[in-house]
Amino acid sequence: MVAETKKLEFGAKAHVALNDPKLRANFRRAMDGLMTKRAAQFADVAEWTSLRARGAAVRANALAKLPELLEQLEANCRKNGIQVHWAETTAEANAIVLGILEAAGAKTVIKGKSMVTEEMHLNAHLEKHGITPVESDLGEYIIQLAGEAPSHIVMPCIHKNKAEIAELFHDKIAGQAYTENVDELTAAARAALRGAFAGADAGISGVNFAVAETGTLVLIENEGNGRLSTTLPPLHIAVTGIEKVLEKLDDVPPLLSLLPRSATGQPITTYVNMISSPRKEGEKDGPKAVHLVLLDNGRSRVHGDTELRDTLRCIRCAACMNHCPVYTRVGGHTYSFTYPGPIGKLLTPQLEGLDCAGDQPHASTLCRACADVCPVKIPIPDLLVRLRTESVRPTSPGAVKGAGSATSATETLGWKGWTLLYASPLVYRIGTRMLGWFGNLMPSSAPMLKQWTSVRTKPKFAPKSLHELAREKGFCDE
Amino acid sequence: MNSPRERILARLKAAPKAAAPLRPDWTPPAYDAATRKARFKSMLEASHADVHEVSATDWPERLKTILANKGVGTMIYAPGTDAGKLLAGSWGDSPTRLVAYDRPVEDFKDVLVSRADAGFTTTKGGIAQTGSLVLWPTPDEPRLMSLLPPIHVALVEEASLTDSLAETIRAQGWAGQMPTNAVLVSGPSKTADIEQTLAYGVHGPKELIVLLIGSVSP
Repeated sequence: MVAETKKLEFGAKAHVALNDPKLRANFRRAMDGLMTKRAAQFADVAEWTSLRARGAAVRANALAKLPELLEQLEANCRKNGIQVHWAETTAEANAIVLGILEAAGAKTVIKGKSMVTEEMHLNAHLEKHGITPVESDLGEYIIQLAGEAPSHIVMPCIHKNKAEIAELFHDKIAGQAYTENVDELTAAARAALRGAFAGADAGISGVNFAVAETGTLVLIENEGNGRLSTTLPPLHIAVTGIEKVLEKLDDVPPLLSLLPRSATGQPITTYVNMISSPRKEGEKDGPKAVHLVLLDNGRSRVHGDTELRDTLRCIRCAACMNHCPVYTRVGGHTYSFTYPGPIGKLLTPQLEGLDCAGDQPHASTLCRACADVCPVKIPIPDLLVRLRTESVRPTSPGAVKGAGSATSATETLGWKGWTLLYASPLVYRIGTRMLGWFGNLMPSSAPMLKQWTSVRTKPKFAPKSLHELAREKGFCDE
Repeated sequence: MNSPRERILARLKAAPKAAAPLRPDWTPPAYDAATRKARFKSMLEASHADVHEVSATDWPERLKTILANKGVGTMIYAPGTDAGKLLAGSWGDSPTRLVAYDRPVEDFKDVLVSRADAGFTTTKGGIAQTGSLVLWPTPDEPRLMSLLPPIHVALVEEASLTDSLAETIRAQGWAGQMPTNAVLVSGPSKTADIEQTLAYGVHGPKELIVLLIGSVSP
């Protein structure tokens, strides 16, 4: 929420997270379990290899034909009776959703789990305009009660343990006794949310896949809150990023076989919900109106670069964050933005700008764990390096928002000096001699050295250079 | 170029073209008849569903017993479907009362949300690979029957089982006739949002009872 106004330092927040033993324990337990479950799903390497190749090709195909497929999706949705809206920015998308709700006289909204509405900060926008949104995914409901943002894109409240949730429910749900029994906590949420489902004027959901061929919105989930939000209220608004489109219905099964297995190690989610129209004549339930909001918010700029375009293949399974040695130690809130972990540090700087989130591509060890588990083969580490380069040496203007923002006069001067030093034997010799004599007098707080020494011991210069020592030993360096 | 739609599409169309890759071969699993049925059952059971093998004629009686043993007071059903007619016609004396979902949700919400103990639906098929039921709601058989009551009872014919979703979509010709809402159901409603501990029935049914009608062929 503060993302637009202030550059948020990953490094500073990471230090705080690393020193929080409770948070470390909560993430360690969760991520170890998720890694084991995923590995069990893909024990058959041949199956994983061919399925993954198919999944990656399906997504790359959709991105290669993106404008045509979006037009086809729009036409087929309209034919089915779904109203389609386009938004360039999150502000426009928020205004569209609010407009639909106001036109319908809606005051309360029940929400299925959706990351794109988190990206839009939709709840805050609706509340500002007198509409009450209630999150119905259990994890989202918990963090809504706590006034927090999700710390993981599949399991939003993974940073909290049972005791914290028990305390929260005891505080926030009227008449709820303190209990750490998970079944009782779940039942309390069911009871609290039943009325919200029944009374909601509208339901809002995200979209996992939008099928151009049939004008179908595919939503997957385990709880049934997505189905309820899109069936019980008289109005359903679905919001999606423009990259979620697929060409054919036949493209759904391979991705459906990759997503839940990569995410939580389940063979499939409990519910796969395919919505193709509002309630038809004679049908007894389902919303009477369905709207689809297509959000760009920088995605078309990402699409404009054929290398970075691979970012948009993402199917939001979160396997990359579950396996990232950085994410698993600092947790999702450290990233300050909607999408954390490897995909987040790739997507966020491209959507928000390198000037705003330029430190994120550096929050990686480039160990390639994320690339190894990505079910659609996004070359995350390669693209992180590309973004690091863009932040100091932009390629074509406009390819990446905020490119060149990390260029500093001191650093440029530093590199110029380095070039000069290495290009001239005389200057090199004088330079190394000087460093041998005076280098150790340089304070840790000197420009460029300051950040480096914040996590490392300052190097100690030897009184004699290697060249000098070699010469003394009788070697000739000419 | 005045609308957001035009501007977004113009940007996407101006982007350098990349060749659309061919989709490499990928073969979903295939099973023989016995394995198919066994896999369908075991996958559903692994997802916490109860599977009962029944016959085309004895299933209403079997269901009556199952529900009575569970103390189910009311079950909603769709009176317009063939299965619904058979159910109502043979229900007779039972502690479980049948309630017809025969009007728009607006007039039935109270029953759905807080009064029905169980909901009964048919299915358009079953998928062995993942142990999934294909629900294809119609004007006769509404969407919420399988979702709001604490128990969902689903009737599946063994002859309708396929190996994979990919096969189902092709065999049943989905692309040309998607309904308002098609749903795959693989177990009762569940969550693991609290410390990755599984809990059932967070919003939808806590129990899924599957009646599997055996095929006539050996």
